Amino acid sequence: MQVKIVADNIGKSFNGHCIFKDLSFVVEYQEGLIISGANGSGKSTLIKILCGLLSPTKGRIEYHIDNEKVIKEQRRSFIGLVSPEIQLYDELTALENIQFFSKLMGLYYTTSGAKNLLQEFGLRGRGYDRLHSFSSGMKQRFKYIIGLLKEPPILFLDEPLSNLDKQGQLIVDKVCHRQLEQGILVIATNDDRDLKYGEKHIRLHGGSSRGDT
Amino acid sequence: MVKSISGFTAAAAAVIHKDIVSEFRTRYAFNALIMFSLVTLTVVSIAIGRFNLTADLSAAFLWVMVFFSAVSGLSQSFVKEEETRTIISLQLYAEPLTIFAGKLIFNCILMLFLESIFIPLYFILLPVNCGNLILFLLVIVLGTIGLVGTTTIIAAIVAKSSMKGALFAVLSFPILLPLLVAAIGATETSFSGGSFGAASNDLKLLISYPVIMIVASTFLFEYIWNE
Repeated sequence: MQVKIVADNIGKSFNGHCIFKDLSFVVEYQEGLIISGANGSGKSTLIKILCGLLSPTKGRIEYHIDNEKVIKEQRRSFIGLVSPEIQLYDELTALENIQFFSKLMGLYYTTSGAKNLLQEFGLRGRGYDRLHSFSSGMKQRFKYIIGLLKEPPILFLDEPLSNLDKQGQLIVDKVCHRQLEQGILVIATNDDRDLKYGEKHIRLHGGSSRGDT
Repeated sequence: MVKSISGFTAAAAAVIHKDIVSEFRTRYAFNALIMFSLVTLTVVSIAIGRFNLTADLSAAFLWVMVFFSAVSGLSQSFVKEEETRTIISLQLYAEPLTIFAGKLIFNCILMLFLESIFIPLYFILLPVNCGNLILFLLVIVLGTIGLVGTTTIIAAIVAKSSMKGALFAVLSFPILLPLLVAAIGATETSFSGGSFGAASNDLKLLISYPVIMIVASTFLFEYIWNE
């Protein structure tokens, strides 16, 4: 599936305060885009705009699949997001969370398949534990399971290594390389270790900056 | 854009199942609903003492208690998702209408479950006779569907505001007033032993109101959800 993201002259303001403006870029199939910048420069906001969770104040975002433009309502079928802003259901067990999100996404759920995913992300044996008993690192790993459930052609990662130990970082490394072979990877980060995943780089400076691309 | 009927149904059923399991474990809305209804029922029962209530007063007391219980608990369906920030996952991965359908049916189940506890207590604690039980039960079910159909969309609207509780009550009351007037009228008829024919005008409103509200809500919800 050939995917492409086109951002044309996008800008975002909150209550008249400009976060960024005039950002234009294209991310093609098998490309990675790194978004960096200081705290408050608008990295997470830009990720949310690209995902469709926020509307840009100005400009437009387009997704193209096999050279055909995707309408806004259908974009959610093609994306996965792992972000500190994503919260899952603490009162449900890990398997219940996987089952719930599988059904929401229209996927076929099997317990054995879900257990395999838990094993792949180093959470073997924790399927029947409620998420509130998970450490922050385990929750971060679990967010990857949900974000990758439908093997999305476009994967957004916001601070991908936060809370992860060495083993978790290796798992994320595998995820990023696999994603770069199968689709598009967009990472918002301040961690230099993430820079290797993208040939394209946007630096946001905050305020009314245009950002460097 | 809905994938298919089966996909839509499975996703809405998943939302209902998730909300039931979640509510069973946290009792986030149920505690508020049951406590409010029991406290008001007890206070009214003590205040009335051994006086006999007329059918219109009994009906009004019943719907005042049901209305305020609904206001105290039903907003939680969306407020909880907003407060725990799980709403972002839903916005990202679910078709908006599946969420609305799931929340609407869950709220209906929750209110009918509450009423199955509250209404028998109402007849035990208050000196009320029901002359037409079938009409009464029909009014309760129709009134509850109307109440839930309206409060579910209002809950989605207020979930993102900072004054959720106050705004929910302020918005709910004027919108629900016609429904409450009809529900009180039909309940009064059932208490005094009147026939279905005698309550036909109120029943017409009790049937048409939820249909209008739910159809309008399905058109509005996607805009509310995505903003």
